[in-house]
Amino acid sequence: MSTKPVIAPSTEGTLSRRGFFMKLGILFNGLAAMVVAVPIMRFLLSSVARGQGKGYLSWVRLGDVTNFPEGETRMATYRNPFVMPTDGKTVDTACWVRRVAGDQFQVFAINCAHLGCPVRWFPQSGLFMCPCHGGAYYRDGSRASGPPERGLFEYPYKIENGVLTINAGQLPTPGDPVAGLSAEKPPCA
Amino acid sequence: MRVIKKIGEWFDHRLQLAAPIREVAEHPVPRNTASWFYVFGSAALTVFLIQIVTGILLALIYVPSAGEAWSSLQALNHQVTLGWFIRAMHGWGSNFMVAIVLIHMAQVFLFGAHKYPRELTWIIGVFLLLMTLGMAFTGQVMRFDQDAYWGLGIGASIASRVPILGPAAVKLMLGGPIIAGATLSRFFTLHVFVIPGLLIAFVGLHLLMVIKLGINEWPMPGRIVKRATYEAQYHALTKSDGAPFVPYAIWKDMFFAAFIILAVAACAYYLGPFGPSGQPDPTIIQTAPKPDYFFLWLYALLSLLPPSLETPFLLICPPLVIIGLILLPFLSGEGEKSWRRRPIAVITVLMIAITLGTFTRLAQFVPWSPHMNAWSGDPVPDRYIHGTTALERQGALVFQVKQCRNCHSLGDTGGQRGPALDSVAVRLTRDQLIRQVIQGGGNMPAYGNNLSPAETTALVAFLETLHPATQSPARDAARDLVLSESEPKSATQP
Repeated sequence: MSTKPVIAPSTEGTLSRRGFFMKLGILFNGLAAMVVAVPIMRFLLSSVARGQGKGYLSWVRLGDVTNFPEGETRMATYRNPFVMPTDGKTVDTACWVRRVAGDQFQVFAINCAHLGCPVRWFPQSGLFMCPCHGGAYYRDGSRASGPPERGLFEYPYKIENGVLTINAGQLPTPGDPVAGLSAEKPPCA
Repeated sequence: MRVIKKIGEWFDHRLQLAAPIREVAEHPVPRNTASWFYVFGSAALTVFLIQIVTGILLALIYVPSAGEAWSSLQALNHQVTLGWFIRAMHGWGSNFMVAIVLIHMAQVFLFGAHKYPRELTWIIGVFLLLMTLGMAFTGQVMRFDQDAYWGLGIGASIASRVPILGPAAVKLMLGGPIIAGATLSRFFTLHVFVIPGLLIAFVGLHLLMVIKLGINEWPMPGRIVKRATYEAQYHALTKSDGAPFVPYAIWKDMFFAAFIILAVAACAYYLGPFGPSGQPDPTIIQTAPKPDYFFLWLYALLSLLPPSLETPFLLICPPLVIIGLILLPFLSGEGEKSWRRRPIAVITVLMIAITLGTFTRLAQFVPWSPHMNAWSGDPVPDRYIHGTTALERQGALVFQVKQCRNCHSLGDTGGQRGPALDSVAVRLTRDQLIRQVIQGGGNMPAYGNNLSPAETTALVAFLETLHPATQSPARDAARDLVLSESEPKSATQP
């Protein structure tokens, strides 16, 4: 540095001293930014961190087994287990319950496996149809036609004291089919 | 007057803004840029200002809470004086803004304004377009109704398809495990603070560069842009054939701005506000969510793409398009500016416009969506029942009851997901009909598990009657041949 010609006349000693303090100042601010950035990022990503593993999922009661006649598919609603005070009606969630026979159930998410629109059940033709992009599913939730790449999302379920209970709490999406948990077979299936 | 002048001088002595403002206002622009083709940029700015003003007004009443947003919009529509009008201005303003930004973009591209030295102006413009679309999507969420709720579900489903990061992106986007209060709050933050802040900053940069680099001159065929000589030529042009921006060119911008304001107000007044549609209650599933008009083309595309292409398309195409738009001024930074000498540019713009227009138009019919109530609401036309046998009538009943009508139209009513069946008997033989009904295929579900043999027989008997009087039904010639050959051997066969 000192060997280079200096364009403007300057008192070199004080300049490097000032320069040093400026660099120290930048460093100090960087440190302060990092200290503050940690809580900011944790706040910002809290909804992701909380959802790690089974964070949002818990067992929710759908109602008495006797509410669901054998061989039929009926809509059931439940309150999402994770609630915030400003959620309003949005925590009420619908799902389709198919009682295959006896204690054998299938509980489908209301959301189409294509892009999440609410599918409707048509008992006459035994199909679930989606109003958005025209996906259709058979009564067992498998894909029948249209744009979906897979069958309906399925909740793991169990029956406790005659009450149908499902493991739910998170919007199922094609990339994160929460019901993927059902890969570990439900205890009573 | 003298007092006003004194006060003005007092302020300017302190602010010292008069001279730079005058310099900007009077900077010379090429005479032929004082054209009606050059008004779309200022029109976009005008609509943006409308959006800021009406947006602030709406925020006086609107409550960004999942529990109350919908009812606060009802209050705006029905309770607050002219609340409906401000909502309508904001809604129509957003439609106008998307449209004008796109027109502006097509115009500057066709006039070669993205070429040297205005590459960065174009790139910032690309970001302004993305932010405008971002405002449009987040704004649709603000209208927290059924469409907004399920629209968020669609957004989440698309985001979830990103490899590895998808599930985390969904939770970040929703602010929790489901679409709920936190979701609306963060879209409110984006719509009201983050994106508008960025928009204002980028619009400022965009305008600064227009002033610093000068407005793009009217492109003359044969006047080639070269990096080495362009700027000198441009300055020579503004000297030899230039005029001060104010008032020479600005009056057209002002006229058009006023016209746009009146147009937005007229649409708002005569056509009213958008929604809100039904309450955002996820247990009410009798809904057919649809995006606002600027995303209708995407809605159509998502319905029509083959399933296997969809995820790659969604994840690869948007980045490619954005990168392409950003790279454009570097790939064609020199050369001809005039659209008369750039046929490929013209064809590209036309193709994009026609494609987007076609998809948008298609999305208004939703031919791919089953008509959920057709089976119970649209009766089989009389003429198809007239003079039919009991079996065929039974088949017509099966046709309705099994919801075939939701996807297939008869007499132009019913769904359009599948082909219209008015002349299906001409296309398919009896055996083919049975196979199609039982096994499905070609995007039709298989009904084998859901029809008894008697129902299938009746249904196919009905379908076989569906042919124009002048055309005979399809028949399998080989089958006839086989049957006629086998006739002498087994005389009992009918």
